[in-house]
Amino acid sequence: MSESAITVTNLTKRFDDVTAIENLSLDIGWGELFGVLGPNGAGKSTLVNTLNTLLKPTDGSATVDGHDVEFDPEAVRGVIGVCPQEPAFYRFLTGQENITLMGEMHLVPEAVLKERVRAMVEKIGMEDHINRRAKDYSGGMIRRISMLMALVNDPKIALLDEPTVGMDPNSRRAVWDFIRELKSRGKTVILTTHYMEEAQELCDRVAIIDEGHLIELGSPAELIEKHKAKNLEEVFLNLTGKQLKEAV
Amino acid sequence: MNARRIIALTKKELRKTTREPAVLFLVILFPITVTFVFGLAFGGIGGGGTTSFDVGLLNLDATSPQADWSLAFVDNLTTSDVFVMHAFADNDSGHSALLQGNLDAFIIIPEGFGDSVASYYGSPFDPSAWTNSTIELYVDSGSLMAVSAIPPLVQEALMKAIFGNDAMAIGLPVEIGSPGLVESSTFTQWDFMAPGMFAFASIFLTMIVAQTITGERDEGLLKRLKTTPASSADYMISQTASYMVIAALQVALVLTTSFAIGYRPGTGVAGVVFTFVIAVAFSLVAVGFGLISATLCKSAEAATGVSFIFIMPQMFLGTFMPLGGAAEAISKFVPTKYVTEAITTLFLRGAPITTPVIWINLAIVSLAGLLLVAVGTVLFERYGSH
Repeated sequence: MSESAITVTNLTKRFDDVTAIENLSLDIGWGELFGVLGPNGAGKSTLVNTLNTLLKPTDGSATVDGHDVEFDPEAVRGVIGVCPQEPAFYRFLTGQENITLMGEMHLVPEAVLKERVRAMVEKIGMEDHINRRAKDYSGGMIRRISMLMALVNDPKIALLDEPTVGMDPNSRRAVWDFIRELKSRGKTVILTTHYMEEAQELCDRVAIIDEGHLIELGSPAELIEKHKAKNLEEVFLNLTGKQLKEAV
Repeated sequence: MNARRIIALTKKELRKTTREPAVLFLVILFPITVTFVFGLAFGGIGGGGTTSFDVGLLNLDATSPQADWSLAFVDNLTTSDVFVMHAFADNDSGHSALLQGNLDAFIIIPEGFGDSVASYYGSPFDPSAWTNSTIELYVDSGSLMAVSAIPPLVQEALMKAIFGNDAMAIGLPVEIGSPGLVESSTFTQWDFMAPGMFAFASIFLTMIVAQTITGERDEGLLKRLKTTPASSADYMISQTASYMVIAALQVALVLTTSFAIGYRPGTGVAGVVFTFVIAVAFSLVAVGFGLISATLCKSAEAATGVSFIFIMPQMFLGTFMPLGGAAEAISKFVPTKYVTEAITTLFLRGAPITTPVIWINLAIVSLAGLLLVAVGTVLFERYGSH
């Protein structure tokens, strides 16, 4: 096992003329629940998509469990579980079949897979719906299934890109419990979110990114104290809102 | 590349076939429906017997002193198994019946017909002494079969009327043997079309592949798979494998439906097995064209339209459509032509499984399929998967 779960060193990612991430460096430890916060277009998803090997760095590097995302993507894919921002699932398959298919992609042994899917589904409260076709699910159900699809391989590192967007409070709480349980089992979780309350509630540390730059890093408590704010939302607004006003 | 991943992705694709109504129709119901309807329309059901034509007749020479000649001619027409004769009292009503499609042909025997024949027998070697007359024959131009079949049959009846039955057998030192090698006496149009149905049924796989791949790309499923250890090869092989299974299923459906409506191919078990093999090889062509369509398009809807660029030539230049001239030359570049040619050789001509041409056809289809899948995969990976 490498020293850090994720190491990002001077990472830059450009799309033609647009710089999505510039010179970003991060070090995320094993077992950490790490939040990536930022306004729309800040570069959160670009960071996650670089870590999950979908994007190649323009400059700098990133390693996941010691494997370079650019030069050893197969090894990276073996240790991560990815929950994309837009839930991607096969509409004609049932929830159970969708989750099982992802487990098969990771070559989870059949007996283990069957039991794991059952336990995960129970934990997230979808036992009664799991054999329905996914096209018939509500938005919240789809997001929950999408998260189970990401975690069915019991990954060392989970990359969850805004997993609770559009969920009702009950579903969100269920997902939070699930994420906490991942952490309690020593998993490293990278969570991007728009919900400051969620980040404050769950994360050990958060990175606030704006316009591709890391503008703040620390635990929610540290940041609240440092900025003399009431909560993380106020910290976020102070940092990103002020910059926005200056830019205007 | 891993067998378990390939099998899982193949099962996923086959589940789609049974669960998505549009795919289910194109893959399963379409071959059954088309085979049944075409079989019905082109003689597969109740076909193979004697074809008959409704022929109208106006005999303007029926009351002349030499009426026996025209009556003999009419008698020859009437006793033929091929013609069902309908007498008309005037020209207009006969033409009207022909225009309305109630008749396949209308014959007018002119006044003086008997005199013409009598004048011939009066001076058989002096044409200048003959009294000429002309039988008017109108054929339904809307029926290709009537146009080609009726004139020679009427001519035959006329010759018998004038010269008798013996006149039809001319003694020659050389004769043409009976065409025993190719049995065709009870064939219907369906027998000629049926071999083309096997390629026809699989043509739309191109559209389904294009729709599937663009749909999975648009919905982020390809990206999702790319974040797992599954490789592009796992995905492409599973796609190809699932459409090979579907193509084999389609052959079984076309064959079963054809058999149910009375079609009996002129081949044995080996020929049927060969048909499965060449149809499965053809599914590679469909996957290749589907990948190329998906590369060219940004949405599943656009891919559906673009896939027809590949479907239409396969449909019209390589299945059961009659070809000639430039179309025949172009069809040499259409893979379905080789599928149909091989199956026709087995099913219609009754050629043995060892006939070299069918194996050459299989080799051409297989090579074309492998080449198209390779080209489609490279193009899609490079330009279409993002």
